Order: sequence, then structure tokens, then C-alpha cells
Amino acid sequence: MDIATADTQPKNRVALTINGNRQDLEIHPWVTLLDLLRGPLHLTGTKKGCDHGQCGACTVLVDGERVNSCLKFAVTLDGAEITTIEGLGTPDDMHAMQKAFVEHDAYQCGYCTPGQICSAVGLLAEGRAKSREEIREMMSGNICRCGAYVNIADAIEDVMGHGSDASQKEAAE
Amino acid sequence: MQNEKNIIGFPLPRIDGPLKVTGTAPYAAEYDEPGMLVGHAFYATIASGRITSIDTSAAENFPGVVKVYTHQNRPATASSDDAWKDEVALPGHPFRPLENDRILYDGQPIALVIAESFEAARDAADLIRVDYEAEEPHTDIEVEQAKSYPPPVPRKEAFLPSDPRGDADGAYAAAPHKISAEYVQAGEHHNPMELFGTTVIRAEDGSLTVYDKTQGSQNSQGYVCGIFGLKPETVRVINAYVGGAFGSGLRPKHQLFFAVMASLDLKRSVKVEMSRREMFYLTWRPPTVQRMLVAADANGRLMSIRHHAVQTTSLYEDYQENVVNWSGLAYKCDNVTLSYELAKMTVSTPGDMRAPGAATGFLALESAIDELSYEVGMDPLEFRIANFVDYDQNDDLQLTSKALDLCYRQGAERFGWSKRSPLPASMRDGQDLVGWGVATGVWEATLSPAEAKVRLFPDGSITVAAAASDIGTGTYTILAQIAAQGLGQTADRVSVLIGDSSLAKTAVEGGSWTAASSGSAVQAGCFEIRKTLLSLAQKLDSSPLAGASVEDLAIRDNRLVLDRNDQVGLSIADILGSQGMSSVEGHGKVAPDEEQAKKFVSYTHSAIFTEVKIDAELGVPRVTRVVIAVAAGTIINPKTARSQVLGGVVMGLGMALHEESMIDHRSGRIMNHNLAEYHVPAHADVQDIEVIFVEEEDDKASPIGVKGLGEIGIVAVGAAVANAIYHATGTRHRHFPITIDKIMEGLPN
Amino acid sequence: MRPFTYTRAENLGEAVAALAANPQARVLAGGTNLVDLMKYDVEHPAAIIDINRLPLKEIEELPDGSLRIGALVSNSAVAYDARVAERYPLLASAILAGASPQLRNAATTGGNLLQRTRCYYFYDPSTPCNKREPGSGCAAIGGVNRIHAILGASEHCIATHPSDMCVALAALAATVEVEGPDGRRDIPFADFHRLPGDHPEHDNTLKHGEIVVAVRLEGNHFAAHHSYLKLRDRLSYAFALVSVAAALDIADGMIVDLRVALGGVAHKPWRDTLAEAEFAGQPATRETFAAVADRLLAGAEGQGDNDFKIPMAKKAIVRALSQAAEGTPQVQSEKQLR
Repeated sequence: MDIATADTQPKNRVALTINGNRQDLEIHPWVTLLDLLRGPLHLTGTKKGCDHGQCGACTVLVDGERVNSCLKFAVTLDGAEITTIEGLGTPDDMHAMQKAFVEHDAYQCGYCTPGQICSAVGLLAEGRAKSREEIREMMSGNICRCGAYVNIADAIEDVMGHGSDASQKEAAE
Repeated sequence: MQNEKNIIGFPLPRIDGPLKVTGTAPYAAEYDEPGMLVGHAFYATIASGRITSIDTSAAENFPGVVKVYTHQNRPATASSDDAWKDEVALPGHPFRPLENDRILYDGQPIALVIAESFEAARDAADLIRVDYEAEEPHTDIEVEQAKSYPPPVPRKEAFLPSDPRGDADGAYAAAPHKISAEYVQAGEHHNPMELFGTTVIRAEDGSLTVYDKTQGSQNSQGYVCGIFGLKPETVRVINAYVGGAFGSGLRPKHQLFFAVMASLDLKRSVKVEMSRREMFYLTWRPPTVQRMLVAADANGRLMSIRHHAVQTTSLYEDYQENVVNWSGLAYKCDNVTLSYELAKMTVSTPGDMRAPGAATGFLALESAIDELSYEVGMDPLEFRIANFVDYDQNDDLQLTSKALDLCYRQGAERFGWSKRSPLPASMRDGQDLVGWGVATGVWEATLSPAEAKVRLFPDGSITVAAAASDIGTGTYTILAQIAAQGLGQTADRVSVLIGDSSLAKTAVEGGSWTAASSGSAVQAGCFEIRKTLLSLAQKLDSSPLAGASVEDLAIRDNRLVLDRNDQVGLSIADILGSQGMSSVEGHGKVAPDEEQAKKFVSYTHSAIFTEVKIDAELGVPRVTRVVIAVAAGTIINPKTARSQVLGGVVMGLGMALHEESMIDHRSGRIMNHNLAEYHVPAHADVQDIEVIFVEEEDDKASPIGVKGLGEIGIVAVGAAVANAIYHATGTRHRHFPITIDKIMEGLPN
Repeated sequence: MRPFTYTRAENLGEAVAALAANPQARVLAGGTNLVDLMKYDVEHPAAIIDINRLPLKEIEELPDGSLRIGALVSNSAVAYDARVAERYPLLASAILAGASPQLRNAATTGGNLLQRTRCYYFYDPSTPCNKREPGSGCAAIGGVNRIHAILGASEHCIATHPSDMCVALAALAATVEVEGPDGRRDIPFADFHRLPGDHPEHDNTLKHGEIVVAVRLEGNHFAAHHSYLKLRDRLSYAFALVSVAAALDIADGMIVDLRVALGGVAHKPWRDTLAEAEFAGQPATRETFAAVADRLLAGAEGQGDNDFKIPMAKKAIVRALSQAAEGTPQVQSEKQLR
């Protein structure tokens, strides 16, 4: 796909596999992965919150690792496999983490949520967070201005398979 | 039984949740169509002065750029201030983007680049060159307060300081225990995660569909129509999903103006999204200086309260908050003097930010009350309880309810307050100093005019339609629950359509009034439906409901029945079918009860208990436990309600410890305009927060008994944290935020 | 951002040649700082040379027992490498104190060395800044300077280096391997970053055309006694106000070797080897550590907003050295200080 603009500045070819679909693109080198996703590819589930790696709303998985898509020029990712929130699940077929976020009300406005969920999925894949304190530290790259942190930690613990006392108590109520 | 039916009182997961967690809920800047143009604003780099020249030629020649707007070529707009005033405008002159060469504040938008791609617009804007004639900025509240003035035109009558009562000066002079202190609170920015954005889709007939990040679609619609002279039927504003706002979306922002202006001028669809940096050049919580003089007798009875506040406003509008009146109603005190003034500065007009006025006022009041309790030698909680008041002494009005005593009791018990060691710096946990603090919070429970259209279909499905907004508050979900309750259904049968200016009239979402107002409108709509159904049913021959009145009725299992005997009734399908109707609509409307307001006033209340642990050597603060007990009338959905309060607490932690928009007063410019250097709380900053909703029945606050929850969570947090830091360290901090360096310098030796 | 040409380097020689040939070219690796700065129009390279495909992604053990970390190894990969965790836990801890998991996944070893300051004025092209625009002045002096330097600043620049990783590398006396048009050379870590002096536009001693290819760490005796202590405005995801990388080699309660590097206080990770040497042979006690702190901060000067950094740094040094001596290094996910 050639992403059309009126200008004649040189473009670069890049092949990305996004949510399992290979995309052959020609893009300007200054287009970030975030802007590519949200703009030409219409994958607006990935959010722009700061555009500078300071909030985590744009978190996606690149070759399985969580990164800030706002700081990656798409052209540098030739050959990469990218998973966005849309690739994790759909409203009718949600990923376990997505279900847990709904169940624990781990969001309010929902804007940081796709980034939180991609980050949480990355966190689980890393397998390094064992305690609630470690979850909090290793999720600190995702800012939630609505302040849903307690519930986000509950949701992640739930998916990790050992719900906190607090979340178990709430579930029992 | 209620729980099984997903109705009022049930912790129903948000009905919009699956869309939000899968990235399929669209926000304002996420609408698109082929050929859409993209705008990017360019902003001033001085705080005060004039543009002497602006060179846009390089930007205009940049590949992909369509047009660059400045004050020199902006299309004509309405000329009167009235046309520019939105429904929550302030006294003064509303800001008009690109109006002239005058610079009123740092970051003022002074150009708009329209291009064929986001990148082209952004990158071309970097090429604009401006020369200024700078004037001296004025941005330091601690300096400018010397020139403060009482606002000549009140924003609202209720914001005027209440009349003095008793003899505050005399009582203060005579009292044995007294505190006189000044509290300074830094400016803060809302920083919702979603950037302000507007997408204007232009139809062939020239009509506009405007997707705007706003707390009120009809407010944006009215604003656009006023400025550009458009007919309301040609402008539809949608805000179906709003990525946080906290008050920043109450008034229209410049990106709305820009997107519509360019769309009208270029006859194209246009999108304009702000950068995070631009989000620091908008509405904000104003820097404030407060002077408190409080005094008590030997038994801890409050004898005198004097509260004076000076807040920042802009050169062009008089923003005002109710900062001081809380001090006249939170506790029993017969000698009170309240005063409030503004100081004009070269800044953008401040705006409402979560619990505007109260979050600021209680910072000072609840710090001073805490100081006084130590001065008297009483437990800070006991001191507050001892000065409990059960009416509004400011206006001599009754309260519709006040279960604050339950908040104190249940909160204290859950927190374990009785185990507190009274002396400051007397509790330790290894290397940590431990402090426990308490504070009281109050917020007004109000009803704003609202309408809702509810429609019931024979199969039991329901639609609810209103121009109300859900800014993360849970509006979608609670309206579904209220409609389900009113029409005897489960919430999953309810479709909620909100966030659309074409729907039933609703005020902006703010002030914690949406659940009470729109919720009551939905309930009224359901009542209308039952009434209509009854009148239809009674037209039938030998109707079993012939003698019934609407108050006797309920809807169960798709049947209109007698509440006391549901064997007696008729199916909805039969009632509608008999009249050849495919559905029935109820148009619910609510408005404040003027008669009741002459006798009663309504507030939500909270008691918050915090534990801080502070490294005894380095001063690193951690808020390790928070228990907040809230009395807010009926809780429609404990899950979303809890989240509202959690969110308020977290923002309060930021206000207490981190958040400060730092201005270089030499240039008048905000320097930490990004999320790396403006520190909102991160995951690691937030540990255990427990929310308790105490039982509180209130049949006057709103028809559905709801008081609202958006603000109450934050109100008392700042003071509760400061009070806990005092208890931990013995040092009273009166400059907010209380950053690590201040705590370190105040550590006991 | 300004338009630029993009080249993907296939080998190191090609990258060096392309970089050397164009004074307006910049090397792009993880991009976590360069892309950020390009968006703020602070950096505007005419050409970007993408080195992400170069074979610099290995951590190797060298015959002399040292560890060689390729310039493109991600911060995460270094922090969680078993050899690093075992032999250089100070480095692992410092990395985990910085940024966020997402940023650490993208950021590289070489890129971390080349991070630019977080000075508000450097980041805002509409203000004077000698680092960004030599000769324009320093707006941070007399301005908002809470995050600025207390050591080694000049009248031209009071910026600080923002890295956590580099503070540990300074303490561990790493060696930076660079490849340039004239071939390969080693730069001792202490000589890699520089003080601002009259030329704050130069953060380091890299010559244009040179690319960092690896960081080498020699064997050390600090694995048992070390700590990285970071103080900041919130508990995570914030740059250091003050950080301390402390490393001790202790025998019979006496200091054999002591290393203290400071972050957040100077234009470079701050270390004073002469001062450190004075404490060899002294008892590893808080009293000694307090003397170390006083000695290291002897020349410190505040700028107003950041005056607190002087006592803060002293206390942090004592604490970090105490943690190191006791074998209870700070764990970055634990917010209670040890």
C-alpha cells in the first residue's frame, strides 16, 4: 500500500506484520509506528497520549516486547511482528487481560487502557513480576490519569492467577 | 433480587467496557475519511506583548501544506463577546484565537497549519518564524497578590463569600488556642490522557458533524454556531467517548474553533489534535494563596474562622471558584469572616479542575483545623467530631442529609485510627517515620437541568437517549441500570445513546451532577412510560388495570402489573398492539426544585484517613494506606462509584506530593510542559486505597437520591496527606505540592 | 520535525562512513531520546543512519574475564542478563531504576550513553541554551532549575546528564569502545562524558563519525557490596534528582576499595577517584561514609531551586554506602528504602 500524500519526498519500503497480517508499505521515514497505526492503517486502538514516551498510552508489542510506538519510526521496524490491542481480542472474543480489565473496572475513560493492556500482556510474557509491588513498578510506564491503578493491579494479578486479598474479597462480596 | 437484575445497587461492569478494552471505542480524533486535512497549531513563546511580524512562507511552501492561518488572514467571525460565550463562560472577554497581534499568555495559539498529513502539518509548523515586542510578564501569585481585587462580576452568586457572622476578630483575639498561617498551592494542569482533538466531517450540503473532546456536546454546538453564525441543524457535535477531562473539557478549546474554521473556509473535512505540550497552555487549576486564622476554646470548640483566598486569573476573564465558603459550613462556628479576591496575571484563564475551589479551600481549611487540634491538644479526629454541625450555617439552611458522622466512625474503624500515637514523629516502622492523617471533605450535591428520552419496545428492549456525556464516569452504565430498574428489565436490554448534541438537552458534564440529573431524567422518562402505558391499558375493554393509578404499577416480565399483586396486569406487547404502536417513549425532564432550595441545601461528605511512611533520613514519602469513607446518597453502581472515588484520591495524591506547573517568572513561561517533568502519580505511587460508602438515604438531593461522586474523592486528600506528613515528621508543610526536598528539609534530627 | 533521509546501515564500516561524510547526520538506534528530541525540534538531523541491523547485540565474555556488552543490546537485556546480574548487580539495578519497561526494551546500551540532558530550556527551542545553540546563553541559570547541576557546572551550562545506567558504569569504571573513520579506540568511562566548560554543546568526547560499538566491564570485587539509590519526584518513571551508585570492597570491616558515582548532579556521572582513594583503609562505617559525602560535595554549589540537592546528595551517599556495606542493596521495585 502506498500511503498517498501530495508531496514528492522520498519514501521507504517497509514490510510489517500487524496482528498477523503482512503489510507492504511505502512511507516517509519520519512517520512513527504510532502515527502509521492511527492514521493510514486506521488502527486507532493504539492511543497517542504524549507522543514522547512519557505516558505509555501507545504501548504495543513489537516481536513480543512492549515498546512505545510513538518513539519508533516505522521504517526501522522492517520485518517486525506487531501486536496492537486490536490483535489481542475483539468485543465478542476478548483476551483474558481484556476481560479482567472489564471485570475489575480497571479503567475509567478508557484512553490509556489499550496501552495498559498491551503493557500488562508484555509484563506477563516477561514473567518477572511476582508480587503486587513488582507489578506496580513494572507497570509504571503506563500513566492513568483517571487513577485506576488499584484496579489495574487487581486485574493483572487476577490474570496472573493469584488474586490479591483485596480483589478476592471484592469478588466474594 | 436487585443484584440478579443488574439494576440500581448492582456492581455491573461498564457496558462500554468491551469497546474500551479492545480499542474499538472511538475518541474525537479517531474519526477519518479519505482526503481529510489535518491541522496543527503553532503557539506563542512569550507570555505578554505583541506579534510584530510572523513569517509563514517556509511553512506554506512545505510539501503537503494547504494553508497557514494567522491573525492576518483568519476568516471573519462573530464580533460580540456574547456570541463567543459558551454556556459556562466567565465574566470577561472570551479568548478568540487568531483575533489580533496581542499575546495574553504563554503558549497562546498564534497560527494554524493545515496540511494533507499530520506529519506535514506538524513539521511545517516548526518553520514559522515570529518576532515579538515582549512586555513584562506577571505570573507569580505570591507577588501579584499584592494587587488583588474582589471580582466585580461574580461568576455565580453562590461563589460570593458568605456574609460575615459574629465577631471573628474579637473571638480570635480572646481565644486561648489559635493558628494563623498561609497556604500556597501551585498551579496544576488537568492532563487527561486523551489530547484535545476535533474531527470535522463536512457533508456535501455543507453541514458539519463535529467529533469533539468536550464535556458537553451541546455546549460545543452552541459555541460553534455562535461564532460562525451557523444554524444549529447544520452542526451536530458528537462526544461518544471522552478520554478524561476532569473539568478541562467544560469550555470549548481552540482546536474546536480551528477545525471548524478551517473546514468552513476550505470546504473540506478537517482534524485538529493538540500536542501534549499544548495541553499545558489551556485551562488549569489556578495558583492560590490562602490565609487562615482559626481559634478554639480550651475544650476544642471552634471560636473563630477567618479565611482569605487570592486566586490567579487571566488578563481577559475573571475565573472564580468557591474556595472560602466551605470554611463557613464544614464545622460549627459562630464567628466567621470569609473573603475572596483575584489577581490578574499574564496566564491563560484558569478553569475548573476536579473539585474546583473545594480541593483548594480544604487544603487550607483542613490543614489549619489539624494544626489547631494539635494546638488544643486533641486528637484531630475527635476535634473534628466535636465541631460537627448538622446545618449550613452560611445560609442558615437545612441539609438534605449528612452522614459524615458515619464516615468518621466507619473510616476510623477500618483504618485503625484508635491505635494512633498522638505525638508527632512518634510512630516508626524500621527506617520509616509513620504518620496518620485525617481530613474532612465536602462537595455540593447539585441537580442541573437535564432531559432524557426513554423508549420501551414490546420485546422489553429499551433505548435511552440524551446529550449527556460519559467522561469515564460510568454514565452509560448507570443510565442503563436506572432505565432497567424503572422498566422492570435487566440492564443488558438497554441501549444507551449519549454524547450527541442532537439528543435530549443536557448541561455540560461537571460538578458531579450528571448521575443525579440525567439519572433522574431517565427515571422520570420511565415514569412517563408507565403513565402512558396505563392510560393505554385503561382504554381497553374490561382492563384489569381499570382502577389502578400509576403509583401502584410496576413492570415485570414485560408486563404492566400491580406492584402488590403482579398477577394483575397486561403485557406490554398487548397494550401497545391494541393501539397499533411499536414502542412507547417517555420524555423525562428534571430541574432544580426552587421551593426546596429555600429551605434545604445538599452536600456530599467524606472522611479520609491516610498513612504516610517517610524515610527518616532522606524524606522519600509513600502513601501506604488510604481509607476514604463517603456519604453520597444512593450508590447506583458500587463498582463505577468506587472507581470515581479512587480516581479522585489518586489525583489528590498528585496534588499533595507532585503536581506543579512550574513557571519561569522572568519570562512568564511554563517550563515543565510534558509528562516527564510534570509528575502525575504513576502506578508505583499508588498503594492500598479502600473506599467505603456509608448508608445515606436522601429523598431531596435528587429524585433518585443520588448526590454525585466525581469530585468528593479528591477534596480532602491534599490536607489528609499533609496532616499525615506532619504527624510523621513534626513539620507542618504549607506549600503544595509537598515534594521530597521539602519533606527532607523538615525531617526531625 | 524536519525531513531527513533515511539509510539502513548493513555493516559498521558503512555506518561510520555515512556518518563521517555528513556533519548533519545522526545515528539512530533505539530512538527513545533522538526521536523524542526530533519531535521537539531540538534535534534536526538531515540524515538518519539506522544502525539497528548491525551485529552489536551480543553480550560476550572476553578471555580476560571481562564482559563486553554490544552497543545495541537493549537496556532490558543487559539488566536481566544472568552474567550481569551476578557480576555487576549494580549495573542491573541502575538500569532498572530508570525509565519504564517499554523504554528499556527499546533503549540501547550505546544510546543510553548518548542521552541528552532533560534541562527544560534545552528541550524548548524558543529559549536560550548554549548546549542547543552555542552562544545563545543559559536560561536555566536564574530560571527554573530544580533539576540542575550542583557540581562541575559552568557559567555557560548547568545541565545534568539524565542516565541511571551511566552512573553505575562510571562507578564500575567501564570502557567505551568506539569505531570511527580512523578505526577503533577505547575511551575510559570517566573520559567519555565531559563537563560543560566553555562548550556545553559537546556532551561527550565522541568525535563526529564515531559510533559506540560496545561497553566493556572488567572483573570487579563489588558484587557483594553495592547499591544504586535513586531519589526522584515520584516513586517510578521519573528522572533522578539525585542518584548514587555505591560500590565497596571490604575486608575485615575496612575499606579496600570504594567507588561512588552520582547521577542528577552534574553534566556527567560524577565521580572523584582522588577523593575515593583517600578512604582506602578506613573502617566501613557511617562515620566514614559521612566523611566521603562531605568530601565529594565539598565543591558543590546550588542554583537556587536545586540547593536541596547538596544535603540530599550527602545523605544519599551515606545511605547508599551503608546499604552496600551491609549487603542490602536497594531493590528498585521496593519503594521502602533499605
